[in-house]
Amino acid sequence: MSVATQDTAIRTGRVSRTLIYLVLLLFALFYMLPLYVMVVNSVKPLDEITGGGMMNLPQAFTLDPWAKAWSSAQIGVDPTGLKPYFWNSIKMVVPAVAISTVLGALNGYVLTKWRFRGDTILFGLMLFACFIPFQIVLIPMARMLGLMGLAGTTWGLVLVHVVYGIGFTTLYFRNYYAVFPTELVRAAQIDGAGFFQIFWRILLPSSGPIAVVSIIWQFTNIWNDFLFGASFAGADSQPMTVALNNLVQSSTGVKEYNVHFAGAILAALPTLLVYIVAGRYFVRGLMAGSVKG
Amino acid sequence: MGFLDIDNTTKSYGAVEVLHKVDISVEKGEFLVLVGPSGCGKSTLLNMIAGLEEISSGEIRIKDQVMNGVHPSKRNIAMVFQSYALYPNMTVGQNITFGLEMHGIPKPERDKAMKEVAELLQIEQLLDRKPGALSGGQRQRVAMGRALVRDPDVFLFDEPLSNLDAKLRVDMRTEIKKLHQKLGTTIVYVTHDQIEAMTLSTRIAVMYGGYVQQLGTPQEIYDSPANIFVATFMGSPAMNVVPAKVAMDAGKPVAVVALHDGTTTSLPFSQYNMAAWNGRDIMLGIRPETITDEDAADRNSANIAHMTNRIVVTEPAGSDTFVTMTLGGKDVIARMRSDADVRPGADFPFAVNMEKAVAFDPETEMRIVP
Repeated sequence: MSVATQDTAIRTGRVSRTLIYLVLLLFALFYMLPLYVMVVNSVKPLDEITGGGMMNLPQAFTLDPWAKAWSSAQIGVDPTGLKPYFWNSIKMVVPAVAISTVLGALNGYVLTKWRFRGDTILFGLMLFACFIPFQIVLIPMARMLGLMGLAGTTWGLVLVHVVYGIGFTTLYFRNYYAVFPTELVRAAQIDGAGFFQIFWRILLPSSGPIAVVSIIWQFTNIWNDFLFGASFAGADSQPMTVALNNLVQSSTGVKEYNVHFAGAILAALPTLLVYIVAGRYFVRGLMAGSVKG
Repeated sequence: MGFLDIDNTTKSYGAVEVLHKVDISVEKGEFLVLVGPSGCGKSTLLNMIAGLEEISSGEIRIKDQVMNGVHPSKRNIAMVFQSYALYPNMTVGQNITFGLEMHGIPKPERDKAMKEVAELLQIEQLLDRKPGALSGGQRQRVAMGRALVRDPDVFLFDEPLSNLDAKLRVDMRTEIKKLHQKLGTTIVYVTHDQIEAMTLSTRIAVMYGGYVQQLGTPQEIYDSPANIFVATFMGSPAMNVVPAKVAMDAGKPVAVVALHDGTTTSLPFSQYNMAAWNGRDIMLGIRPETITDEDAADRNSANIAHMTNRIVVTEPAGSDTFVTMTLGGKDVIARMRSDADVRPGADFPFAVNMEKAVAFDPETEMRIVP
């Protein structure tokens, strides 16, 4: 009796397990499909695509579309490729991520370890920044950038992204530092460390996981942003996303789908890289604040 | 003028006063313990000495220098925290010298001071480790090392032993006492553990509800508690406090207490001025160790009273046996020798050392001073 039940248990276990893996495999394939299409078609000559058979593997392998997308494709009026815009994006993203992360960390430090009257209200107001839709601020922001003389510049875009990002980074760091023992700060005070020394020597070295969260979040968001880039960038400060759009929308000549695919992958690569390099810290950082509190 | 003066100091949060006019003067080399249940204001007072909390009114002086508004790092104090508060990203050595570094002391001197302290606390082999790799007792030592290295005027300890397990706590207690005897430093120590307070201190301030209930040597606190709170808070098991009535027997005052069956017994006072309370109700305080069997009664005492009462529960604890009986309608604990022949339900002749008994006014709960 007992042997029989055990036997069935194992057998049903095997069956359901196979089923589960089958379904999982199917989902994985389904999710991989877009990437597959992009990669495969970015290394085909154009006639293989226009001749139908988007799903086929390339018959003649070529990296020309990649080279063209990078350095000679027609973007807007000039045949510059995506290269200059890639650097525009880098010049915008790196300072914006760095500044917003540092400010978020400082805010979190002040809001948890240097409490003052009304600090929770201030924090609540800062959280609002996370919920403001982009479209609402377009016109006031354009006016402000104009007044500050930053319209159409990379630094203007940096400012916009920093302002938008501070809400999130402050939220991350505040929650992380809320469970950071205040006694450490007090001990450092007695040891004679000042405001910034405590921040720099005591808090920051322990902030690795949450800094990674903040950096990934900010990097992905700012790199992928299209609206602000399209609205506020000048001709020589347009980010990658806007250039990619211009490449694809270009109405002159033949639509070079293989070049478009290569360009799209190029545009997505940095965020992928950041996630692959730092991703394992991401979940750890997200959990760090919540579990212990 | 003492070494550390707490002068009429109060602390309020908004309209709520949490610490009322505390007045304590600590001499150089003294070991003052602030003891009381949680929420009594002892940690707040310590933080005010440290400069981590502002002083609402009054003054705190160290070596006659007013400390109100002086930054914690400028007070020449060191503090050991309950959680040890070791910087997790630094090695033990860096933890110990961080304060010196912040005070701009050059590296060779820092290293020398670190070596001395490490030797004193026997933590030389730990200097390159991170706090995460240390046991509780080792962390405790490092925390003390960090305080010692700065050679401060006053050491502040905030419940430093409460995170340790029972055995280690006793060891570290001895360690701290040794250290105090060796270095002769001035220490203010906060704890809720009355045994720590008794064993470590040269003086104790018992706090409750934001007031210092009594300030005195451990012996004063134990033998002559100022009120019922101090009497029952200090000592383990707690002092028995039972309702009694004062009467006169052959011209001497006695305390009349109800036994288990409603009959009464008379326990003669040593304090003859209790005659002034003739006919009035009091609360009689008797320490468990002063109720014994006849053989174990204190031979040096001039006033041993006798009573026979029924044993309700016996609790053998190895070295002693605790006996519970009903006296004055309350459970009263007696501390007997472990070989005393006590059985629950039996009537047993007890000896009460009335020299050590104290009387309290039931209205004010203050001790009636002989």
